Order: sequence, then C-alpha cells, then structure tokens
Amino acid sequence: MELQRLAFSFFNGEVASRYWMDIVQGMWVTTYLAAAVVVTGLGAGLALAMARSFQFRPVNLLVVVFADVFRALPPLVVIIVLFFAFPYVNLAMSAFTATWLSLSLVLAAFAEEIFWAGILSVPKGQTEAARSTGMSRLQTLVHVVLPQAVRLTIPPLTNRMIAITKGTALGSVVAVHEIIYYASSGASEAGNPTPLTLGAAAYLVLFLPVVLFSRWVETRFAWKR
Amino acid sequence: MLKGIDLAVAQGELVFIIGPSGSGKSTLLRCCNRLEEPTRGSVAVDGTDITRADVDINRVRQKIGMVFQSFNLYPHMNALGNVTLALRKVQGLARAEAEAKGMSALTRVGLAEKARAYPNELSGGQQQRVAIARALALEPRILLFDEPTSALDPELVGSVLKVMRALRESGMTMVVVSHEMQFARAAADRVVFMDAGVILEQGRPEKIFSHPDHARVGEFVARIASHH
Repeated sequence: MELQRLAFSFFNGEVASRYWMDIVQGMWVTTYLAAAVVVTGLGAGLALAMARSFQFRPVNLLVVVFADVFRALPPLVVIIVLFFAFPYVNLAMSAFTATWLSLSLVLAAFAEEIFWAGILSVPKGQTEAARSTGMSRLQTLVHVVLPQAVRLTIPPLTNRMIAITKGTALGSVVAVHEIIYYASSGASEAGNPTPLTLGAAAYLVLFLPVVLFSRWVETRFAWKR
Repeated sequence: MLKGIDLAVAQGELVFIIGPSGSGKSTLLRCCNRLEEPTRGSVAVDGTDITRADVDINRVRQKIGMVFQSFNLYPHMNALGNVTLALRKVQGLARAEAEAKGMSALTRVGLAEKARAYPNELSGGQQQRVAIARALALEPRILLFDEPTSALDPELVGSVLKVMRALRESGMTMVVVSHEMQFARAAADRVVFMDAGVILEQGRPEKIFSHPDHARVGEFVARIASHH
C-alpha cells in the first residue's frame, strides 16, 4: 500500500489551497449553464410534446425525427459540430452558447418523449369529458391532460435532467470555464491530480442536493389517486 | 356503424336508447355532440346543424351536456373545481361567479357538502352526480347520458337515478343510453331499440317492454329483465 503517495497525489493540501478558488469559479459557471439547459431543454421538450398531441402529421413527423436524432447523438458530438463546424456557415457562437444549445437540444429530445408518454397515459375519457364541456384542444391539454401527465413524468424527468446537466462537463472540450475545465488545467499546471479531486467534490456539492430532491419528489408524487 | 338513423327528440322529452352491445347506441349519442364525427347526414340541435363546417363546435357543446359511464371526473381537482372549470375557462366567468354557479349545480345533485372533496374521496354514485353537476353548470339545453349507471355498484344506482328523475321533472331534454328498465318505464317518454346500426323499433316504454312489434326486441327485453 502506498497511502502516502495516494494522499500526495489526490489529496494534496498545498495544491488544493492553490486551486480551490478556481474550482469555486467553475461551480458558478456549471450552475448557471445547468440551470439554463434545464429551463430551455424542459421548455422545448414540453412545447414539442404539446405540438405532437395535436396529431398533425407533418408536425408529428418533425418532432419524432428531432427526438430520435438527438437521443441518438452523443452530446459531445453536437457540441463539437456547433462550435467548430457552424462558423463555416457564418453561425459562430461562443463555447458557452454551443454547450448550452447542444445540451438543451438533447434534453429537449428526451423530455419530449417523457412528456409524450405522460400525455398518452392520461385516459381518453378525460379529454372527452373536457371537450364535451366546450373546452378547446389547447384548454383541455393545459388544464386537464398536462396536470395529470406531468405528475407521472416527474421522476423520469428529474433523472434525465441530472444526467444531461452533468454533461456540462463536456463544455471543457471547447474551453467553457466550468468545473472540469479548471480542474484539468489546474491538474496539468500543478503536475498533480488534486484539482480533479476538488472537482469531484464540487460535483457532489452541486448535484447531491438535486439527487436527494429527486428522491423526495419520487415519493411525494408516487401513486396517490 | 350507423345506417339511416332518423331520430327527433322534442324539447323536454326523455328518450331512452336500448339495444345489444355493438348496436350503435353510444355512437349515436356521441354523434350528438360530435365526439364521434358522422361521415354522412346531419345532426341538428336547437335548429342549428352542428355538423356544418362553419359551426363553432366548442360553443355548441356548452348547450349539450354529456355524462359518461366512467364519470371521467378530473382527478386533480375537487368536486367544485370539476364543476367550475368550463365555466371559468370557456365561459370566462370570474372565480366567485363560477363558484356560485358551481355550488348551485352541486346543490341540485345533493352534493353541496362535498364541494371540496376530490374524486378519489367520493363513492361512484357521488362521482357520477358530480359529473352531472359539471354538465348542468353550463345550463345545457339537452343532456346526453352514456350508460350512466353501468359502472356503479347496485346500491349506488338509485342516487343517480333520483337525480335524473328530478332533472326530468324540471323539464330537461334528455337522451339516455341505459338498460335501467324500471327507470325507463317510470320516466321515459319514448324507448328506442337499436340493433346493428339501425332503429328497429321505438315507442312508449309500456309498448316496447310489454308488446313490441319485433320478436327481436321482446327477446332482448326478456334477457335484460332476467339480469336485473
């Protein structure tokens, strides 16, 4: 056992004291980026599922193709394409924007499928009852179907949200100044991997509360009819 | 599914539709508010042909209440919420006004004290009465009932029929798909027997239940009676 060398490499107090401020900086960017991805990804996913529920064939087809393509592509590939290829068609964007947009698209694709499954799970009689009182399709969707659908989608949605927002780490590839960017550049600068340990700790601090929240939500929204 | 149906319901009339399953009773009823779209022919309510393309169906539907076999109450809203949703969202009433109307509809079905209860806290009979109140709150000209008591435990059927009887006495026009023959005998103006998408026979309940012209009707009535 070489516990001393392990401690020197990964839990080096001297190195940690030099780099922890950077990691905290990265935490802000990660938080900000993740929050933006959640808002746009879930919003777009919900809008797509709603559009799909109107059963207009061309729209359906577009939504399904979008969802399938972006569920199949690795987010890293999307980031690289947006950041490195789009400037050639005069669509240059910052590293932050490229990462935000890529992760939003991927989250939207998954969220659309989850919302859609939720909408399908609401019995047809609910829609018929609402329509029979003169409510429009949109009113029925908003006031009757979605409130019931969303309850079912919360657990899978939180899981997916966590998975995708952790993907903010991929932004380090295009030099978004988030946690992993600071951790890995710190590690190579110091010639010691302790900044990566700090990075791991930062993820636990940011995401453990979210994971615990999702556990609470799952029990809170478990079948109670 | 339906072939050459010609049925006129007068104002204040209670018409009962009976017939074997698959005979098109429910389809006929659902054509009356276009939950089912007729491929040909027309449906007129209050003098308006509701199958015309330029008709605002959401507007028409407020005049045509519908009650379903499986109640279809919104599980995420309490009884009053169920009754007032369309008042607020379709008719655009303010909450206070909608709730006043909703309470009076719930009072009519004898459930004012359950206004804050959620569907899962109500018995089947109570749920169906809330569903009737939801239709009534919009002050419809006609009420359609699609097997309103078929999903109920036998001891709960009476409470729903009592409400339907009161509605009948208040002059509501009603079309009811149901096999509650005792109720039909007591309250219906006319019984329509459907089979294989056509109206085979119609007439006063005593006639249809006791001396129908068609043997087919007699057989059906006898079979239903033996089940009750």
